[in-house]
Amino acid sequence: MSEIVTKKLMLYFPKCECEKPIIYHLVKDYDLIVNVFRAKVTPEEEGFLVLDVSGTEEQIQRGIDFVRTFKVTVNFTGKGVTRDKDRCTHCGYCVPYCPTGALKISDTESRYVAYEESDCIECLACVRVCPYGACASAF
Amino acid sequence: MKTYEQINDRIESGKAVVLTADEIMDYVDKKGLEAAAKEVDVITTATFGPMCSSGCFLNFGHSKPRIRMSEAWVQDVMVYTGIAAVDVYLGATQLRHGDPANMYHPGEFRYGGGHVIEDLVAGKTLQLFALSYGTDCYPLREIRTYFTIHDLNQAIMVNPRNCYQNYNVAINNSSQTLYTYMGILEPNQKNANYCSAGQLSPLLNDPYYETIGVGTRVWLAGAQGHVYSEGTQHAGGCERTPGGVPTGGAGTLALTADMKRMKKEFIRGVSFPGYGVSLALGIGIPIPVLNEQILKYTCVRDRDILAPVVDYSSDYSQNTGKIIGRVNYEQLRSGEIKIDGKSVRVGSLSSYYKALEIANLLADEIRRGDFLLAKPIAALPKDAKMKPLVKRKQPL
Repeated sequence: MSEIVTKKLMLYFPKCECEKPIIYHLVKDYDLIVNVFRAKVTPEEEGFLVLDVSGTEEQIQRGIDFVRTFKVTVNFTGKGVTRDKDRCTHCGYCVPYCPTGALKISDTESRYVAYEESDCIECLACVRVCPYGACASAF
Repeated sequence: MKTYEQINDRIESGKAVVLTADEIMDYVDKKGLEAAAKEVDVITTATFGPMCSSGCFLNFGHSKPRIRMSEAWVQDVMVYTGIAAVDVYLGATQLRHGDPANMYHPGEFRYGGGHVIEDLVAGKTLQLFALSYGTDCYPLREIRTYFTIHDLNQAIMVNPRNCYQNYNVAINNSSQTLYTYMGILEPNQKNANYCSAGQLSPLLNDPYYETIGVGTRVWLAGAQGHVYSEGTQHAGGCERTPGGVPTGGAGTLALTADMKRMKKEFIRGVSFPGYGVSLALGIGIPIPVLNEQILKYTCVRDRDILAPVVDYSSDYSQNTGKIIGRVNYEQLRSGEIKIDGKSVRVGSLSSYYKALEIANLLADEIRRGDFLLAKPIAALPKDAKMKPLVKRKQPL
């Protein structure tokens, strides 16, 4: 049996696809485990969804192929939360507010604040607290 | 013993030995105080953090016909016009016109004086709108125009209070979230925030103001400026550890420099939800190693510096003067402190990363011979105490 892997995806739904139960089919027909971090999908408008999908590589690929039969954009890299490296001053103020340690001081000498996207659950705490506006949400 | 003149001669000939306040402790441990004091000429200190008492004087030059501005706004942020015709003072914490402030609590305060200062230094085009009552010599009643920092005759930063020698650690003992200038404080001591560069901070490396005084040349956001006075609320006559390190606020500096020479990386507008706007600034100050005692002071380590933990739900806001306890900066930098045996996560509003970058940039400028030291023309007061504002019912 193939190994179970988890991938983080950001889906963009154009207006015409917002009312279709796409995630339901990912679970039911493609046997994927989904963990939705954040969604903003409203009828009559565009929508965004950030989620983890777990399954075998093959199952995930088949699921993504299915999603792509709609006019949905699948993004593997650009996540819902981004950190602007130039605006970040590495003060470390955000670190205690980040519940998963996605933002952490990676070097105790220079006190550089690293942002590990894969650990981010998109709670938006950093967007709310950063005095410099270094963290932003795509939606 | 060295003099300012000898050290400047060495800087000018490119021979000065310069270390940062982050490097000097290990160097002195290795070489010994006596040998290190002979070898090392200058220690660079630095800090980067929000400093509310900051702002700048701008001179716009005269329009045709002339205007004597009586009210003015830059990017819809009001500036002070109670000075000469086309001079204004732009303050860091001024809100933008129409900002709902805390009407819908917590307010966001996305843009204000600090952000205008950042945009000005970054060379962006800004809008000036000014009104006047009109006079015979200044007939124009209204002007709306666009400008950049290069159009101004002068853009001079004049900050009444920067570089607090030490500062509070803010915590919240209440059951409700607090929105403060020390950041968002979650209920029941869930988190704590501090704001100091600790062992790298200028006045913590010169605790009795022996080299930093009025006239000291400083690195202010990349420009060469100077200390023009003690800062507001300067209170050198505070409690100190046996090593001389203040255990609370203590000394402050008033700084000035030409904004046209500043670098945008070291000057940033900041927004504190529920509180307001401010300006984060990068400052570097060189300390000449005139004698062994001065060098010894610069060897202060984070573990030797204590900061008071203050409850911002009552003791700070009600000005009771009470503290919960004291912690050192080594504990603070570990990201966790113990309060009543309970672990509390800690964040910093001051960027040690940026401060370190500034200390190294300043050290390089001195090594290249581009930054000479200035001997103070007057010392900062050592025994001043801070006075409260008394609410009086009757005139005296």
